[in-house]
Order: sequence, then C-alpha cells, then structure tokens
Amino acid sequence: MTTSVDSPLLTVEGLTKRFGTRMACRDIEFSLWPGEVVGVVGESGSGKTTLLGCIAGHVTPTAGRVWFETREGDKVDLAALSESDRRRRLGHDMGFVHQNPRDGLRLDVSAGGNIGEPLMRAGMRHYGAIRGLAAEWLGRVEIDAARIDESPRRFSGGMQQRLQIARNLVTNPRLVLMDEPTGGLDVSVQAKLLDLIRQLVADLGLAVILVTHDLGVARLLAHRLMVMQDGRIVETGLTDQVLDDPHEPYTQLLVSSVLPL
Amino acid sequence: MTHDDGTPMIETRGLSKSFTLHVQGEIKLAVLAGVDLSVGAGECVVLDGPSGVGKSTLMRTLYGNYRADAGAILVRHAGSQVDLVTASPRLALDLRRRTLGYISQFLRVIPRVPTLEVVAEPLRVRGLDGQEARERAGALLERLALPHRLWSLSPVTFSGGEQQRVNIARGLLAAHPILLVDEPTASLDAANRSIVVTLLQEARAAGTAIVAICHDPAAREALATRFYSLPSRELAA
Repeated sequence: MTTSVDSPLLTVEGLTKRFGTRMACRDIEFSLWPGEVVGVVGESGSGKTTLLGCIAGHVTPTAGRVWFETREGDKVDLAALSESDRRRRLGHDMGFVHQNPRDGLRLDVSAGGNIGEPLMRAGMRHYGAIRGLAAEWLGRVEIDAARIDESPRRFSGGMQQRLQIARNLVTNPRLVLMDEPTGGLDVSVQAKLLDLIRQLVADLGLAVILVTHDLGVARLLAHRLMVMQDGRIVETGLTDQVLDDPHEPYTQLLVSSVLPL
Repeated sequence: MTHDDGTPMIETRGLSKSFTLHVQGEIKLAVLAGVDLSVGAGECVVLDGPSGVGKSTLMRTLYGNYRADAGAILVRHAGSQVDLVTASPRLALDLRRRTLGYISQFLRVIPRVPTLEVVAEPLRVRGLDGQEARERAGALLERLALPHRLWSLSPVTFSGGEQQRVNIARGLLAAHPILLVDEPTASLDAANRSIVVTLLQEARAAGTAIVAICHDPAAREALATRFYSLPSRELAA
C-alpha cells in the first residue's frame, strides 16, 4: 500500500446541513484513516444518510469542510469542489454502495458491463483486459463468471448487491461509502454478504463509512462507531465499547432496544 | 522479544469504573474503585473474589471494552508504554491487534464463516498470508482435539465445549504478549480442560503476561503464579 497511514484520509470539520428550518447535520467532526471502517448508527431521520450524502457530493453542505487527501497527497475540500473538479481531483478514489442495488447499477447493461464501465471511465480502453477484470471481479464477489453477459435484472437481490460492490471496488478506491448495504436482503444472504464485505475491506485495506441502523451489522463490520441523534454525533468509540458500555442516554436506549435472539 | 527488564507488561493505577443506567432511573453502579494491579512477563494473576465483585468488569476494562472512569491502564506496546484509558481508538485497536489478547467466555462471529477462518483471523489482520494463517490455526485446533470434520463449518451451531475451544484457539493463535482469559475451562470436560491448562502454561512459560478469571480449583492452582483480590467497594446509592 502506498498511502500514508500517518495522516487521515478524510477529515470532516463543522459539517452542517440545513433543509429549510430542519437541521439534518449539526457541526459534525471526525477523521477517518486508511483501512478504517467507521459505522454510523442511529434511527431514521438522525442525519446519517445526509452526512453520507455530503461526503459523497450528493448533498451540498450548508457549512463546514470535508478534507480528502488525494493520492498525490494534496488535501482538497470536497464541500467546495464543483462536480467536474471533484471528478478530476478525486478520480475513482471514492465508491458508493447504495442500499438498493438498482440505484447503483445500470440495469440495461450486462453484469460485465456494469463492472467494465467504471474502468472505461477511468481511461481503460483494451476490451480484453476490461472483460478479463470484469470476470475476475465477478469471481471475487462469488458470481459465476459464465453470467457475465446477463442482465443484472435477472439476478437475485443478493447477487445484485454483490455486483454493485464489484462495480465500486474494481477501480481500486481508497474510500467506500455504504448506505445500509445489507438492508434489503434476507438474513441468510446478509450473513454471506457481510463476510464478503469484511474480507474485501481487509484484503484491499479500504476505508469505509458504513451507515446502518442494524447494530449487529455494525458490530461485525465496524472498527469504530459514531452514534447520531437529531443531526448530532452524540457518542463515539470503539464499536464494542459503544455497544457494550454505552454512556449516553440515547445510546443506552438504542442498545437496550435490540430484541434478543 | 524479551520483557524481563522488570517493567510490568500491564499495570493499572487507581482504576475506577462505574455504570450509570440512564434508562433505568439514573441508577449508578460503582463496580471498580482504586484498582492497582501489576502483571509482569511470565506471570499469571488469577482474580479472586465472589461472583459480583467485579472480576469480569475488570477484565473488560483492561481490554478497553468498558471505558474506565478514572485511573490509568499502562500497557507495554511496541517498545513503549501507552495508557489504554486515554489512547485514541486507532491506538487501542493496534494494541489489541499486536499486544493485548482477550479470550472471552462467548464466541461472537459472523454466521457461516468456517471455524478455520475464524481461528486464523487474528493472524490475517496482522497481514499474515491466508494459507500460513490457516495452517497454524489448524495445528492449534489439532492440539485442542477439535475434530477435523468441524473445521470447515461455522462454529455457531457447535456445542458449548467446542465453541470454547474455538475461542481459545483464536485467542492463543496470535501469541499476544498479554492475555486476558475469562473462565477458559468452564464448559470443558476433564481431558480438554487439561489440554487448555497446558496450552496456557506454555504461553506463560514463553513470557506471556496472563490475567485470568478461573473458578475451577485444579486449573487455578495449575495456572496462577499469584492471586489478586479486588478491593472491596461501597455500593453507591
């Protein structure tokens, strides 16, 4: 790995987002280092997805900065970049895995095309090489490479989600944002996907911001947790600390509300 | 690596831990107060005292699973001494990866991950090649007499004794210089108990600093180089 581990990949400072009179994110501050998986937990409406959107560039923050260290070692403020500058400076350093794979895939393009497309956007031109990488990545996410020319419409939800992950990781990003990546799946499919994500993240040394309302998913994937309530981060710590020894009233409520199996 | 210059491997100073239960009428439970414990290389300190005195809480606090209210947990890590109580999350994670191991009573794993991978993981996260990690994991499972046919299965459905041995293999494999062990023999039969005791004795002889909770009298005697009684505390209102 060539990235420096001595400085954060991402530093969020005073990030605030207001929708009309509603404060979706209030003064959010945190840093993320290469290889770290940070879970963002909280109830619906707590601001988790807005925070992710501000980092992804889908949402323009009202105030604050989102510093990202580029491969060249420069720090750029994502909150102040235009869409075209963002593409130019960031390249394919950031991926986004949507809860619903249909939001992150092109359903009118073959499975192989879904993986090849980001490679072409990144400048790859050699058809054989692109197809080879697509086949390799199908294997890595446990999809039979024989289905490379099929439409993802014909895939199960779990396969579509794995395809979306391959599409995001094929360009070798350093940061991947995930919004409830196992949210819409059957429990049996969820376990397998969790293990796949965990392995890929570890093998590739990815930094991940994982938004989830499922504390079990957070426990298995995240190194650290940030608990959000009403647009604020109310508690942070190592994942097991926050879940086993929650300090804030809201976190205690959240943890104690999980139904035992 | 030798740690025989007399500096303890792990040492607490005035360690205190309480719990405030906000959703249950703001009840405050003071569990640990002013704990001073020091464990050197090659020592095995077994915690003494009746149930409820705070032994498990101390173990979890030593691992950073519970956050201390006051005091310090000084750990020898990567050639220097760090305080786990004030360490950043990144440093705490690195400490767990390389220095501080914890064998809890309960196995917590991703469903459907094979036993061999579960056991090998602590070596994988240190960057060891998968094949070598699995071989070393297999050798340890072999010693713990876990049948081969179970290695490719997830431990989720195993018996209590099998799960405990998986947990012990996972905890011992990475040979952390400091090991926290909570009831390592609780659900084992006599034969397996003696295997686990031997493995822990070997770790101790190799210089591992061990803190253990262990109610089984034979295992206590075989493992302990010293006993430590938690200081009595006043129950807060």
